[in-house]
Amino acid sequence: MEKMATRDAYGKALVELGKINKDVVVLDADLSGSTKTAGFAKEFPERFFNMGIAEQNLMGTAAGFAASGKIPFASTFAIFACGRAYDQIRNTIGYPKLNVKIAASHAGLTVGEDGGSHQMLEDISLMRTIPGMTVIVPADGVETKQAIFAASEHQGPVYIRLGRPSIPIIFDDRYKFEIGKASLLKEGKDVAIIATGIMVAEALEAAKELEAQGIEAAVLNISTIKPLDKEAIIQIAQKTGAVVTAEEHNIIGGLGSAVAEVLVENYPVPMERIGVQDTFGESGKPDELLEKYGLKAKNIIGACQKVLNRK
Amino acid sequence: MMDEQQLKFIEEKAKKLRQHIVKMVGAAGSGHPGGSLSAADILSYLFFKEMKVDPENPRWSERDRFVLSKGHAAPVLYAALAEKGFFPVEDLSSLRKINSHLQGHPDMKKTPGVEMSTGSLGTGFSATIGMALAAKLDKKDYRIFVMLGDGEVQEGQVWEAAMAASHYKLDNLIAVLDYNGLQIDGNINDVLSPEPLNEKWRAFGWEVIEIDGHNLEEIHMAFTKANEIKDKPVMIIAKTIKGKGVSFMENEAGWHGTAPKPEEVEKALLELQ
Repeated sequence: MEKMATRDAYGKALVELGKINKDVVVLDADLSGSTKTAGFAKEFPERFFNMGIAEQNLMGTAAGFAASGKIPFASTFAIFACGRAYDQIRNTIGYPKLNVKIAASHAGLTVGEDGGSHQMLEDISLMRTIPGMTVIVPADGVETKQAIFAASEHQGPVYIRLGRPSIPIIFDDRYKFEIGKASLLKEGKDVAIIATGIMVAEALEAAKELEAQGIEAAVLNISTIKPLDKEAIIQIAQKTGAVVTAEEHNIIGGLGSAVAEVLVENYPVPMERIGVQDTFGESGKPDELLEKYGLKAKNIIGACQKVLNRK
Repeated sequence: MMDEQQLKFIEEKAKKLRQHIVKMVGAAGSGHPGGSLSAADILSYLFFKEMKVDPENPRWSERDRFVLSKGHAAPVLYAALAEKGFFPVEDLSSLRKINSHLQGHPDMKKTPGVEMSTGSLGTGFSATIGMALAAKLDKKDYRIFVMLGDGEVQEGQVWEAAMAASHYKLDNLIAVLDYNGLQIDGNINDVLSPEPLNEKWRAFGWEVIEIDGHNLEEIHMAFTKANEIKDKPVMIIAKTIKGKGVSFMENEAGWHGTAPKPEEVEKALLELQ
């Protein structure tokens, strides 16, 4: 299976974007080798700005670029972007609705060995509560590339969540990403697995194994957490009558919460949430962490069986 | 030296700004008169002498930009924008009221002439770094002006921005520090001393000019000199008096964020004739 890290896809997309859009500028906070903005820096040094290890100023500077008609992509690790510079994102980017694209890498447990201090598990929650903020969590490299281009064409602040490890390529060239549109990756009538980011590949694997057990699970990829594709969620809940969400994020405030908000107001069905159970992470290999914190296909399968019993 | 007529004009405008500040904060029943009054002479000079702006076309691409990083001094900015013609002077009485375009802190989405939404201290200053870099990238010669409060420099973000400005040699960025010496909890040197300010800014790679922020000749000299500095940003440390122009507000920390009562507004306006 072909694999690629979403941060790598981001780096490549930026270089392509830089060629066709001269208004694109890129800012980083001393992590360009890791966030993969280094490729853009090499190609377009005059449009790349290293702001040093100063994330508050990184976000504020990006806001100033946007106020001057540029399309800034501000990159650092998700933990520093959304944590360290939350006020700057909220007040200097979100409040004035400035056209800043925050592309944050190394989100979630799969940062791995750096440990809990670096594993951002609250970013979806923090970003989606900012009015007017678009929140995108691509599921693979193909979707990442399209999301970066879509973000550059979208007027307003966008948060894009990227990851460190190589993950399976799910989509082929026929796939068309659209902000605010969920994609149904597998039909199914018994249960719906609604997943985001790296958990989409796990959801597909889970659905395959469930099929062997005679359970038809639908898989819905939610790559735009905000604005959320409510219709797609309601439809699939109506069709299956049971929902399992899966995300590499705290179960509080992320995809599971967002889906629950939609269902409880529109079409309540039994629901289970796979995610990090309101705890911090720790050091370890990405796969070991996903295993320990219950974010594997088998955990999704377990949740599906549980939710089916509640139907 | 400025000619007598020009000096008089800016002086008169500064007086007008002060009258507006007292009246609008009084009418709002809340707000920040002290740090607005301390900045009135500098804003009068900037808006009525120094800056190229077009009230008819607030988003004119070649304009100079002014960002009020000490956003709580919004009244002085609104007064200057109204006097300059960005919106009717009558609007000032709607400050802080529901549905007004004049928010408690500057909002670029609502008020014509406001270049950046500020209020959380330190954030506006960073935005001017982006503006100055964008101007350089586009090879435009407009300038970016930013005013910081003295208490504001206690924010770490200010020093992140200060470092970036000199690193990128932003000689199109001119900052003014409204050094009125008081913050909410009292004397700045008792709360958390930012001194030595001159040396700090120099150490961060800035050209520093110290002036009396109420002396228009000194203000004029400072900006004239600042415009000639190449390859580095300029910080004008302007020694000011909080509440300047209203005797009972001068040098009183209590007037940082307290609105004058109607009788106090009357008394203040008598002094500002």
